[in-house]
Amino acid sequence: MIEPTYTIEESSEFLYPGHLACQGCGATIAIRYVLKALGKNTVVVIPACCWSIIAGLFPHSCLDVPVIHTAFETAAVAATGARAALDIQGKEEVNVLAWAGDGGTFDIGFQALSGAAERNENILYCCYDNEAYMNTGIQRSSATPVGAWTTTTPKGGLEDRPKKDIGRIMAAHGIPYVATANVAFPDDLYRKAKKAAGIKGMKFIHILSPCPTGWRIPSSESIEVARLATLSNLFPLYEIEKGTRLTINYFPSRKVPVTRYLESQARFRLMDPTAKQQVQRNVDAAWKRLLKEAEKA
Amino acid sequence: MKKVLMGNFAASHGVRLARAQVISAYPITPQTHVVEELSAMVARGDLRAKFIKVESEHSALACCIAASVMGARAFTATSSHGLLLMHELLHWASGGRLPIVMVAVNRAIAPGWNIWNEQTDTLSQRDTGWIQLYCASNQEILDTVIQAFKLAELVKIPVMVIYDAFIMSHTYEPVDIPDPDPVDAFLPPLNNPEALRIGDSRSFGSVTNPDFHLEFRMKLHEATRQVPEVFGKVEEDYEDKVGRRYGILEPYQCEDAELIMIAAGSLAGPTRMVVDDLRRKGIRAGRIKLKMFRPFPAKRLREILKPAEKVLVLDRNLSPGTGGIFAHEVRAALRADPRPVWGFVAGLGGRDITPELITSMFFDAMGSPLPPSDTIFKGVRL
Repeated sequence: MIEPTYTIEESSEFLYPGHLACQGCGATIAIRYVLKALGKNTVVVIPACCWSIIAGLFPHSCLDVPVIHTAFETAAVAATGARAALDIQGKEEVNVLAWAGDGGTFDIGFQALSGAAERNENILYCCYDNEAYMNTGIQRSSATPVGAWTTTTPKGGLEDRPKKDIGRIMAAHGIPYVATANVAFPDDLYRKAKKAAGIKGMKFIHILSPCPTGWRIPSSESIEVARLATLSNLFPLYEIEKGTRLTINYFPSRKVPVTRYLESQARFRLMDPTAKQQVQRNVDAAWKRLLKEAEKA
Repeated sequence: MKKVLMGNFAASHGVRLARAQVISAYPITPQTHVVEELSAMVARGDLRAKFIKVESEHSALACCIAASVMGARAFTATSSHGLLLMHELLHWASGGRLPIVMVAVNRAIAPGWNIWNEQTDTLSQRDTGWIQLYCASNQEILDTVIQAFKLAELVKIPVMVIYDAFIMSHTYEPVDIPDPDPVDAFLPPLNNPEALRIGDSRSFGSVTNPDFHLEFRMKLHEATRQVPEVFGKVEEDYEDKVGRRYGILEPYQCEDAELIMIAAGSLAGPTRMVVDDLRRKGIRAGRIKLKMFRPFPAKRLREILKPAEKVLVLDRNLSPGTGGIFAHEVRAALRADPRPVWGFVAGLGGRDITPELITSMFFDAMGSPLPPSDTIFKGVRL
């Protein structure tokens, strides 16, 4: 496990009881830690995603910071607009957090995200990735892994297509900070959000956030399952600074086979053993590449 | 200060004088000069604003929306396809009661690609909840942009300032550029108490279930109904400080007119010329320049149309199968006091509407007690 090297301030709580998330929702845990890191001086921009609902129905809100709900494809640019307004008002110190799901990031919001990254807007964009359109009832997104059942991949997804590598794509924009994080590693997530808040320019954090409903797991197991993703090297924790400097933040002490991760979730139950072996080979190859890059950096 | 300016630059000066704080846009012909000039003004330090050239018109308006939510005075400009791409966000802006101002230059819509003048782009956005003001001169563009911010901020409804591609956007006219002082007196800095603030955990746009949605939309409707009256006061104030006013409708020779033609935008000029010509021939013709289209100033229109036996509408736009969009609205406004309405559709995709063509419309109307059909295409070459 990662040794915590900093303390999460328990007193700073910006997520109130009464939110509308499902039990075991990773996205809810994720924002809790990110807001603890960013603090009160933050405005949150939320496009259409699970969090449009979780935040609460008018006139309620479960977040103790201002929230701008915005159209599905606009998280990054709405954050840009909020940033521009704050800057012209002389409030450069306020954090602007775009908080979007994988559909709003990998798919429909990708153009605006790439634009904001290319302009190096001074915002923190977090994608909580639950690997499908969960809010509309589990449809495949371009973040859905191979083999996963969704309502639009009833036979278990496309043939051996790699998941869109959003972290690398964002790093290729040459932005100051890109990181992956996992709700099962809250210290790491907190540290990364805190670090991002101290960097001027575009920051992107890709957070693996299990969805018990869509992943077909008991809600009590979401952290356990998310942890397996990183222990098996399927979802490694890393940071890329200034587009090139890659650091791996976590090395599993004992490698867990990918099958353990896949078999922990009923969404992968249609995968045959050959397909699972292929995933293992892909994960091994990707990890090797990552190690090489980290060495070079 | 008098300067010879193209319509697009007149718009830029209006935005500069209005001291817009966040400007976000994407290039599209024939609007592009507006934001090019604004970006130069910002670079020169003539305007203290954030200028953000985003990656699409959809993003341009999304950027303005969030900036406006945070309390900044926001502006964008677009045209044709860009406006259509913004469609979703037009509803966000009006539904969110955000005082954003946009310049929309009327240009035709593909296919085939056509950069020339036609009003279908803005008119097809008529149900988005935006106020629409059509301009007929470069001076009017500059003045209306400034007035639009005041109007938008008073009623909390976004405003589109609209003018014709090339005929206005690229045509140079003498324009009086007001000094900043009277404009500042007319339009003080925006202080929107409903803007989101740090330390105050309110939300913009959260889920409204059936218990609330109806009331929000009804309030927008009611606020929109007040716009003609509020705009009257805005114009009065502007005239007082800067010295010009235009009116939501501008009648010309209508008091005793038997035939009245209604037209918007740059057509105000040639239609006026034709009326003068017809009057010299003893024909009691008049014309109304339509400035405000949303909300539709039906009451005032009915008053001006009282003497008319026949009403002519000149539409440079088309709702296929229905006809000219202005004609459709005019007929609806006259439902309690119906008159024969000649709905002429002409000049689509930038084809010239000449004084001769306009004159022939009056002669068509004089030649028969009733129009042959709801929609009469003019200047067709088949």
